[in-house]
Amino acid sequence: MNHSPLWPWAALFLLGAYHGVNPAMGWLFAVALGMQKKSAAAVWQSLVPIAAGHFVAIGLVVAAAAIAGAVVPLRYVKIAAACVLLAFGLHRLIRKSHPRWGGMQIGFRDLSIWSFLMASAHGAGFMLLPILLKMSTLPAADFGDSAHAHHLHSLGFAGPSTVGSWFTESWFARPSTASIALLVHTLGYLLVTGLIAFVVYEKLGLDILRKTWVNLDLIWAAALIATAGFTLLIPT
Amino acid sequence: MELWKPDPTFYPSPKMAMKAPAEKLAFVAMLNAANNGRPDALGVVDVDPASKTYGGLVGRVDMPNPGDELHHFGWNACSACLCPYMPHPHTERRYLIVPGIKSSRIHIVDTKPDPRNPKIIKVIEPSVLAERAGYSRPHTVHCGPEGIFCSALGSATGEGPGGIFVMDPDSFEILGKWEIDRGPQFLAYDFWWHLGFDTMISSEWGTPNMVESGVNPEILLKGGYGHSLHVWDLRKRRHLQTLDLGAEYQMALELRPAHDPSRAYGFLGVVVSLKDLSASIWVWHRDNGKWGVKKVIDIPAEPADPEKLPPLLKGFKAVPPLITDINLSLDDRFLYISCWGTGEFLQYDVSDPFHPKKTGSMHLGGIVRRAAHPKNPSTPLNGGPQMVEVSRDGRRVYFTNSLYAPWDAQFYPDGIQSWMVKLDAKPDGGMEIDPKFFLEFGNLRGHQVRLEGGDASSDSYCYS
Repeated sequence: MNHSPLWPWAALFLLGAYHGVNPAMGWLFAVALGMQKKSAAAVWQSLVPIAAGHFVAIGLVVAAAAIAGAVVPLRYVKIAAACVLLAFGLHRLIRKSHPRWGGMQIGFRDLSIWSFLMASAHGAGFMLLPILLKMSTLPAADFGDSAHAHHLHSLGFAGPSTVGSWFTESWFARPSTASIALLVHTLGYLLVTGLIAFVVYEKLGLDILRKTWVNLDLIWAAALIATAGFTLLIPT
Repeated sequence: MELWKPDPTFYPSPKMAMKAPAEKLAFVAMLNAANNGRPDALGVVDVDPASKTYGGLVGRVDMPNPGDELHHFGWNACSACLCPYMPHPHTERRYLIVPGIKSSRIHIVDTKPDPRNPKIIKVIEPSVLAERAGYSRPHTVHCGPEGIFCSALGSATGEGPGGIFVMDPDSFEILGKWEIDRGPQFLAYDFWWHLGFDTMISSEWGTPNMVESGVNPEILLKGGYGHSLHVWDLRKRRHLQTLDLGAEYQMALELRPAHDPSRAYGFLGVVVSLKDLSASIWVWHRDNGKWGVKKVIDIPAEPADPEKLPPLLKGFKAVPPLITDINLSLDDRFLYISCWGTGEFLQYDVSDPFHPKKTGSMHLGGIVRRAAHPKNPSTPLNGGPQMVEVSRDGRRVYFTNSLYAPWDAQFYPDGIQSWMVKLDAKPDGGMEIDPKFFLEFGNLRGHQVRLEGGDASSDSYCYS
């Protein structure tokens, strides 16, 4: 099969998992809140706002890209995405600033905002764009969604024949598919965040932080810059 | 430069930090009180018992200007860098922030690559501090999750209010005044926080004009020095509550919150009571979201022959204990108390903070007692136990004997001969003087001690 429909979903899931591994992205906060309240339930409860904030941060970037794709040619979106990724990568290399938000007596709303800010500040949403851009160059039929696409088409919402316009060509111009993509990503993120939080809180303890917390900012910066490169390589 | 692994001196919890290796070096602020045009210095002391130079000064860096009065100082980064909401664990604990309390000049000292040969890499002039933060006379330095925090006694003109300013942990630029709403707070001195409760606590001494020409008996007898604690919302930078001890309790100075972030209490040392010259320890604590404060230890004054007392105290015929510093072991179990007046050094088991039990006492120096050190048993010492630091494992305690130049002269008018000593603390209470460790500073005066890699007042933790 030339265009496997599986890999983009796997990639979105794994990217979510990658975001989840980073202690600065949520699991460590969940563990800390559990320790502060001396309650495992506090660990689980905190995962909900943490995942929600991440979902919204990613969703806004994807929505913005989709809207951009509706008004300008796809290659402009591609170049803009690559530039933003590069800028985020360089910023993380040069300046290790973090959003100043949060504390240990934090409720649902503030924890969601924290997660939103952390994901946004790390350019997490932009990391999804090359996958989505690549998917948008695949025929819609490959996503088992042709009936839906035709339905939208018949409404004049999308038109596969309008070559060159990303919005109309793009699979994630279809809200249902875009939402599923975001959910798959967030699921990968949530599973890994929850799993690590559980294992660290219940079994390992925080001593592992001292030994295993490698400088993910550097890896993250490298990943952002590499993703910028991949984005440019996508044929549009 | 960023590290690849977290700085090995960062520990998520105080419990883990207690397993840290023993320190081999200590840094000491050394004040030149001789008025000879020579500057103060930061000294490096060998505290490795296996070393030939154990207990000796093995390095120093002179300040660029005379007259700073080095006093308290602190690290650029500490275990608070592991806090979950703003983690930056790959920052290096490397730079000491060394303010001059008289000059208001702040020095950034690099302790690497050779900690025995520290170097000044940046100097922040008082005019910059005044312009950016509106403060002067920088005092306590603490590294926090979002930057370096420093208290200041007053404004550039020596009046109030004093407060807290924040420095950028990377560039060491003064970012500005910390308080958004200071409420009724006017006097400043020490501060620290309960990171687990997003709460800061600050204490009160006096404005620069109230303290720089010595303790002013008129102000003191009117109860004009600080006698309140202030509770702050650390996130919103707003004043929440004043805990007033009553004007009788003069100079509410040193603050030592529980290290465990899930414990919402801490200890405060009060220098002197106007009623009977006693000193006291108080516990602040949180109940149903409100904070309260309660006296838990009273240390009475000791009757004395007026002949042996400095002019300031002759009329009272007693030596006040003068609690000038306290320190709390990382397991929140032992509280150490310096009584600079009587020369007594005390250890209490504060496992139950409201019912402390005395577990140790020893004497060195003292206004009347002049107790000697076992290394030179025939030489009477002056000054008294003062700036105290405790190792992370809680087994070693270091202190020096000078307080603050204008006040040293009032209580020890013969001129403080400065020294630093070390005690060994037993795991279940009790302490012994290490007879091999007696460092004399000669023409300088030792003040705050910081231990390599961190100590019991350098780090704060977000995990219990």
